[in-house]
Amino acid sequence: MRVLVNGEARTLDPGATVADVVRSLDLGLEARGVAVAVDGEVVPRGEWPTTSLRVDARVEVLGAIGGGR
Amino acid sequence: MSSDPLVIAGRELSSRLILGSGGFANHELLREACHAADVDLCTVALRRIGPGGEHSSGRSILDVLREANVEVLPNTAGCFTARDAVRTAQLAREAFATDWIKLEVIGDERTLLPDVVELVAAAETLVADGFRVLPYTTDDPTLARRLEDLGCVAVMPLGSPIGSGMGICNPYNISLIVERAGVPVVLDAGVGTASDAALAMELGCDAVLCASAISRAHDPAAMATAIRFGVDGGRLAYGAGRIPRRRYAEASTPMAGLPSL
Repeated sequence: MRVLVNGEARTLDPGATVADVVRSLDLGLEARGVAVAVDGEVVPRGEWPTTSLRVDARVEVLGAIGGGR
Repeated sequence: MSSDPLVIAGRELSSRLILGSGGFANHELLREACHAADVDLCTVALRRIGPGGEHSSGRSILDVLREANVEVLPNTAGCFTARDAVRTAQLAREAFATDWIKLEVIGDERTLLPDVVELVAAAETLVADGFRVLPYTTDDPTLARRLEDLGCVAVMPLGSPIGSGMGICNPYNISLIVERAGVPVVLDAGVGTASDAALAMELGCDAVLCASAISRAHDPAAMATAIRFGVDGGRLAYGAGRIPRRRYAEASTPMAGLPSL
């Protein structure tokens, strides 16, 4: 199943969840300061394991960088 | 100056300087600046991590800030529409477990001036969604008032464009904003050196946010110290009450008793 993770095409098993994507990035589910949006909508951390991705889902995995002024 | 705390949305901050984390060449320089500036708050931005992202591996900026005992103020840097800014704020709330958001909606890349129409729309949505909104705005007193009226917990007018180091181009407007404000006024953007920060505070601003002047200085930690003293000096001067400007001299030594020589 093809999805876009941070703009890059990835192939995942059907039924893969947001948690699977985060785990694949080797951030660890405990990764502090990480947020995920799927198709532009925020997925709360507690829902990562139960949120399945559809084909061609756009997944954005975001974290903190230096920024501002 | 903990005897004169800054209070935003009921939260007491001992420093009247807020650090922006943009532009630091590495985490060590940011860490040194946090200590030298003695700040409570530092902005961070959200960007892609992992594949397709620019996030460097290793220690996170969050680790640096936590170790420096500095709390995170997430921003919506890089957003050009209300829609993007609202989504970014919602992601930041999720990532950093804070409902404080430094709201930035930029009009164009060349000037990085705020798009005030989108800004007001985003602020309304975020306030309704329970956020504590600190909007980066122009130095327009009417707009600052509108942002306050719609529920923003502070207003953050620019002194001049982001990263320009031009200081406060229109001190009269900043004064007008301060005079009418019922929420803290944080001078945001344009500070180039310590005297700019001091002027902001002398005009009655409640705090200053600064990054580029520090992060891009030859010696960031030394400039952080200088700007911190500028903020504190300006704050003291504001409270002390400056003498009025006059066109002619006013003698400080009495003429009475002048000898005839």
